[in-house]
Amino acid sequence: MTEITEVPSPFCGIGSDDLTIQADGVSIKVTKNGCAVNTPAFEQAITDTSPRVDGKEVSLEWAVVRAVKILKAANQPVIGGCATDVNGMRALMALADRSGSVVDNMNFTGAKRNILAMQDSGWMNTTLAEIKNRCDLFIVVGCDLEAFSPRFYERYLWNKESMFLDDTADREVIYIGKPPSGSASTSPNKAKAKVLECADADLPEVVAVLKALIKGNPVFADQVAGLAVADLQEIADKLKSANYGVVTWAAGALDFPQAELTVQTICELVKDVNASGVRCSGFPLGGKEGDQTANQVCGWQTGYPARMRFSSDIPEYDPFLYDINQMFDNGEADAFIWVQAFNSSAVPPQGGKIPTVVLGRSGMTFEEEPDVFIPVGTPGIDHAGHAYRLDNVVAIRLKKLRDSGLPSTAEVLTAIEQGLVI
Amino acid sequence: MLTKLTGGIVYDPANKVNGKKKDIYIKDGKIVAKPRNVEPDKEYNIAGKVVMAGAIDLHTHIGGGKGNIARMLMPENHRIDPVAHTDIKRAGTGHAMPSTFTTGYRYAEMGYTAAFEPAVLPINARQAHMEMGDVPMLDKGGYVMLGSDDFYLRMMAANKDQQAINDYVAWTLRAAQGVGIKVVNPGGISAFKFNQRQLDLDENNKHYNVTPREILKSLATAVKELGIKHPLHVHGSNLGVPGNIQTTLDSIAGVEGLPMHLTHVQFHSYGTEGDFKFSSGGAELAEAINKNKNMSVDVGQIMFGQTVTASGDNQRQYANHAFSNPNKWVCMDIECDAGCGLVPFKYRDKNFVNALQWAIGLEIFLLVKDPWRIFLTTDHPNGAPFTSYPHLIRLLMDKSFRNDMLATIHPEAQKMTTLGSITREYTMQEIATLTRAGAAKITGLVGRGALGKGDWADITVYTENENREKMFEKPDYVFKDGEMVVKDGEVVKTVWGTTHVVRPDYDKSVEKDLKKYFDKYLTMKMGNFAISDDEMTEDGRGSLTVHPTVGEKI
Repeated sequence: MTEITEVPSPFCGIGSDDLTIQADGVSIKVTKNGCAVNTPAFEQAITDTSPRVDGKEVSLEWAVVRAVKILKAANQPVIGGCATDVNGMRALMALADRSGSVVDNMNFTGAKRNILAMQDSGWMNTTLAEIKNRCDLFIVVGCDLEAFSPRFYERYLWNKESMFLDDTADREVIYIGKPPSGSASTSPNKAKAKVLECADADLPEVVAVLKALIKGNPVFADQVAGLAVADLQEIADKLKSANYGVVTWAAGALDFPQAELTVQTICELVKDVNASGVRCSGFPLGGKEGDQTANQVCGWQTGYPARMRFSSDIPEYDPFLYDINQMFDNGEADAFIWVQAFNSSAVPPQGGKIPTVVLGRSGMTFEEEPDVFIPVGTPGIDHAGHAYRLDNVVAIRLKKLRDSGLPSTAEVLTAIEQGLVI
Repeated sequence: MLTKLTGGIVYDPANKVNGKKKDIYIKDGKIVAKPRNVEPDKEYNIAGKVVMAGAIDLHTHIGGGKGNIARMLMPENHRIDPVAHTDIKRAGTGHAMPSTFTTGYRYAEMGYTAAFEPAVLPINARQAHMEMGDVPMLDKGGYVMLGSDDFYLRMMAANKDQQAINDYVAWTLRAAQGVGIKVVNPGGISAFKFNQRQLDLDENNKHYNVTPREILKSLATAVKELGIKHPLHVHGSNLGVPGNIQTTLDSIAGVEGLPMHLTHVQFHSYGTEGDFKFSSGGAELAEAINKNKNMSVDVGQIMFGQTVTASGDNQRQYANHAFSNPNKWVCMDIECDAGCGLVPFKYRDKNFVNALQWAIGLEIFLLVKDPWRIFLTTDHPNGAPFTSYPHLIRLLMDKSFRNDMLATIHPEAQKMTTLGSITREYTMQEIATLTRAGAAKITGLVGRGALGKGDWADITVYTENENREKMFEKPDYVFKDGEMVVKDGEVVKTVWGTTHVVRPDYDKSVEKDLKKYFDKYLTMKMGNFAISDDEMTEDGRGSLTVHPTVGEKI
């Protein structure tokens, strides 16, 4: 039995790195600082260790040979998921470049709402340590934060000490849209979060009115989507008098048409608060299943975020056309590689009967067995690696916790890529 | 294997060789003396061609989070410059902020063999090294940014002694795997988080009551006492503000003779004269540099066209966001450590301010006399992409070309610059000094930027051409660590350079305070913060080269 402390998690997105785990052979127990997201993700048992081809157990070499054959025969391969560590993503990009594939991160449809807003007008954002030490007003738009990240409040808002606040319990929390599902947002001195509840579909209107009020534009209505404009005015006033207001949202939760415009309105209202003479920052939530990692690596290697293709020998980016689900629907892909090293329940979408290779976390079960399944190690458990936190600045150094013998994503994808060279 | 380069005309300022015909022998990656009785395995006849060491860019934003935000922000700018993959090259994109692979290839194809990322935020250092880990062809290294991080400012506010500051600086340098120390708008990035929208050299950060002048002095002292060869690398206060030449002159005086490198000094050399209240401080700056031998500068020349500015200085970037073109920009406060700001810029020759910026940069190049203390940069991508260096070299070496260009810029700017009356033309040896020998010396690189016996065989061979832009944009050959990697201006082999670092000693007890600070205030355990050597090398391509430091008490 080995105890390992200060274990960083690639699962929660917020970079918790204070976990203590016990490793007994290949079984892992989180003994300190676990949570509803991290504990099951670390403790999940290894079930299968052998690759399969056509449902039959084979050697890794043989599985790679089959994958190479599938790629060689394809006109338009696509690589989806992209849920892995930095080295896994590096290998994925090398393979995509060589094979002329589409690269599409599984969370891109959500992340795209942020990326489109950023690429159109930019934003002013902050990171976790600034929130922990400075934030005196925290506004959550359209997201159940504690379900997304159970330890967010404990680690970054109700921390005992901060450098620039007299008492962190005095921070004010306000929800617009979805109400919180629990009481994590209630401050240590029992102050409950203020909630301006509305339906997700009403957020565009509500956020637009809040922005107008911050700018001082006249608003003639008394109500918007059932909320009193006076209540929104109060939030506008608070933002303009806070020392360091932070507005957070989760692009993935804003699941309505043209939600990128709502993200943009949020980002622009943050700029408006700064223009009014006080500081304020945005804070997009994400960072799960390696999505920031995928965008970062794809970004530095190609200049574009992770929905792009190499089909014409050059990197091309299109946040709409290279959505692999849509490509499947249109019959535009003829080979499919799914990479998901973190989450065994994130199974590949149905590729529409095209040859499919899955690099998945051990324990993945399929309605329809793929042509090739290769169980890979999980970064931060089975091998060391790097993963990006949701705030996109900090790459955490993941530790190896056990000897499972499972290959890394990078090893498998590099072997497939090398197979294409020969 | 013994390689011989026969008959080249060698410019090697490090060894005082100035345009002399000289054969060069290469063995095991290094330059060797002419061996007796051994025939070379491979000979290159380069008779009459110009030979220099591989060029070194000591200030170029090639790796790190803000650069990657700049990339993501500008898809339209990549679309105009796609780069297809070949059998030996990965696909990528140019233009203002190219992808990592393309960055490495394009630098090598201009004869460069090393480049230094000048703004490595300690908390983002992993990313900087991972990005540079995907830059082929070049040696690299990073200057670690301090001066607006709260741990340091708390030390300053608590009047910690210089030894404690030195220990913290050395600890951070080691943790972030850096080769030098950088300060950006000293204390100003922190001040912006407290809503101070500007910060003069003698103005207090309102929370810490510490001034930029005090920060410069303290960090320059630490660098000197720790024996870090590269002087404190300073992006000064008041970047881009008309009248900031006074701030710059005061900063020079403020370090009281300690070694200091002022970076992209063009952006810090503005006066307030004339109808537009914007004038050149180029001559004053150059005079100060000529007089103060402790000083070195790189220029940060601007070139006309589209680029994107990427800076740790979010206070000044925020102040300039209204100039963004296209109109989109990003500012970030980062981890009680630093910040960043990305503002796209389109410098236009018919815009008075941009035109004068262009002229000011050239004035500085031509008026600073000592080529060992001035360096050729565009502050890539902030003044222009690094691919404009050959054009810049032509402007420096060719007076009539320069004057032709001058005649095309905004007429009021022409009246406000002395550029037309400056007759200096850079010599080949001076160019070799700026871009090779001097750059290696000031960054403390041992065995680089020089062509003497025992030096690494990073070598560039050019065909002499009156048109210096044509000459310098397409070398005949580039050798990296003795291997031919570029031929006729095209990469023919992909290689991976080393990462240069320095590791001055420090008192380990500094970690006691740091551990408490990390646990209380930061979002990461101290033990997870430092970058291990494994991380730098486990991809099988990276390596570390540690350069010596010799500290001295002052």
